[in-house]
Amino acid sequence: MSSFISNTHADVESMLKVIGAHSIDDLFADIKPRHAPKSFNIPSGRSEFEVMEHLYRVAAHNAVHLTSFLGAGYYDHYVPAAVNALASRSEFYTAYTPYQPECSQGTLQALFEYQSLICALTDMNIANASLYDGGTALYEAMMMAIRITGKKKIVMDGGVSPIYRTIIRSYTSNLDIEFQETPVVHGRSDREQIVKILDNKTGAIILQNPNFFGAIDYHQDIVDLAHAQGALVIESVYPISLGLLKTPGEVGVDIATGEGQSLGLPLNFGGPYLGFMATRKEYVRKMPGRIVGETTDTQGRRCFVNTLQVREQHIRREKANSNICTNVALCAIQAAIYMSLLGRKGLKDLATVIFQKAEFARQELGKIKGVEVKRSSPTFNEFTVCLPVPAIEVIAKMAKKGFAAGFPLVRYYPGMDNYLLVAVTEKRTREEIVAFKEALEEVLCS
Amino acid sequence: MANEEEFFFTKEHEWVYFDDNVAVVGIAEYAQNALGDITYAELPEVGADVEQFEQFASVESVKAASDIFAPLSGKIIEVNKKLEANPELINKFCYEKGWIAKIQPSDLNEKNNLMSQEEYEQFLEGLDS
Repeated sequence: MSSFISNTHADVESMLKVIGAHSIDDLFADIKPRHAPKSFNIPSGRSEFEVMEHLYRVAAHNAVHLTSFLGAGYYDHYVPAAVNALASRSEFYTAYTPYQPECSQGTLQALFEYQSLICALTDMNIANASLYDGGTALYEAMMMAIRITGKKKIVMDGGVSPIYRTIIRSYTSNLDIEFQETPVVHGRSDREQIVKILDNKTGAIILQNPNFFGAIDYHQDIVDLAHAQGALVIESVYPISLGLLKTPGEVGVDIATGEGQSLGLPLNFGGPYLGFMATRKEYVRKMPGRIVGETTDTQGRRCFVNTLQVREQHIRREKANSNICTNVALCAIQAAIYMSLLGRKGLKDLATVIFQKAEFARQELGKIKGVEVKRSSPTFNEFTVCLPVPAIEVIAKMAKKGFAAGFPLVRYYPGMDNYLLVAVTEKRTREEIVAFKEALEEVLCS
Repeated sequence: MANEEEFFFTKEHEWVYFDDNVAVVGIAEYAQNALGDITYAELPEVGADVEQFEQFASVESVKAASDIFAPLSGKIIEVNKKLEANPELINKFCYEKGWIAKIQPSDLNEKNNLMSQEEYEQFLEGLDS
């Protein structure tokens, strides 16, 4: 018996008896063997020095110096030094989600600013204080739409990130929700299929702009169609693109979500990332997550509170809007700092530079013999190319030349073996893009 | 309390009286007092069918949410729209302007499952002791 677990064998036996399980294994029978640890025999301790050496050796396997053209929802943006300098102040850095929130006026104010910035970015009325990441935010938006409409049929566009769709399917695997997926045709949502499937039993349609293939698709017509049937429209957006593209608010979307990593957070494997969510004022009581509000104290001074808390599980228990009772406060604060540094004009300039560089890369790659650049839809920062050979082979060869060439679409779309998704950020220089094109040319000709 | 009408009560502190066979429903003094300042009332949809003693509405105060149960089965024929802008009417006039919904009852025999005013007062005394 571990010294960290204070239950004796007798305790365990009596507890098992109460719940009617014969053994510990019986208790965990629902966990599939492939998910269970192979063994609980953990090796004996090592010194700090040995552990550090080991971790350095493991970390050295990462390719950290590649010039990145890899995106698929998570992008290699520059993070200004001020973001980390401010966010790592101990007042922010050491505070977790405030449990006695009104004592943490600074944290609440920072989150209030974050919410206000997300509203300005998306053109929506109300934002929450953040969710875990873009995928879980999209799942929460779907559950919110079901609460609002009382309808459990969900239409999901094939242009939504397959990573997000996997998250949603996993979260809902034990729920009674009817999913219908519609394909992407020539880079855009398949209107014909959507018209057929979207009926008055539909609670929501889930869309993404730009879609996973990089295509810009405004969905105005689909918004009108959905609203005519009493369904809500949920759209996942790439926040940086909103400096140039139409916002969810402009298009009439009901719930906007997205991955906030591009707003001043570094790329990493597994997070923490940042899910943002914004909606119309009339739906705020159905929104999950913390919401910070501005008010005045008994002496009339401006102050901040966690508001509309009766939506949440510490008050409403099993009837809460969501079992989300936290937020990624530090990530949200980093995003607020990033957006404040950029400002409205800065974001527009950044989006313009990214769009121009991506267009340049698109033209350059199109010059390579045997490479077909998909041109059926306009794109923003990311685009699809069809190679003459499997993309996975090309990616391996490009890594040896110092490039992360992109995302192989076959990972999620069977049959698209030769398709590569290429992303460009403001960090990529003209020289790097030309060198990328030349390296790809060499790889394909060899 | 509105005079003349005969009020019936549930153990969850909802009240009901009958106005030409339409059941007018609200929450009792004891409940509004226990909840404190009510900030929001989530009302049912007009036309919805409700079951006796099943949840059909809810009210929120500053730091609590409470379900409201239908005293009778039937169809919702009207809700108190004034509560949307003025939920505090429940606190101030819980038996009058603070009514919540009107139900067209489907089975008047269900009245037998409710307490009369006298029975309810005894029930309250039992709670306090």
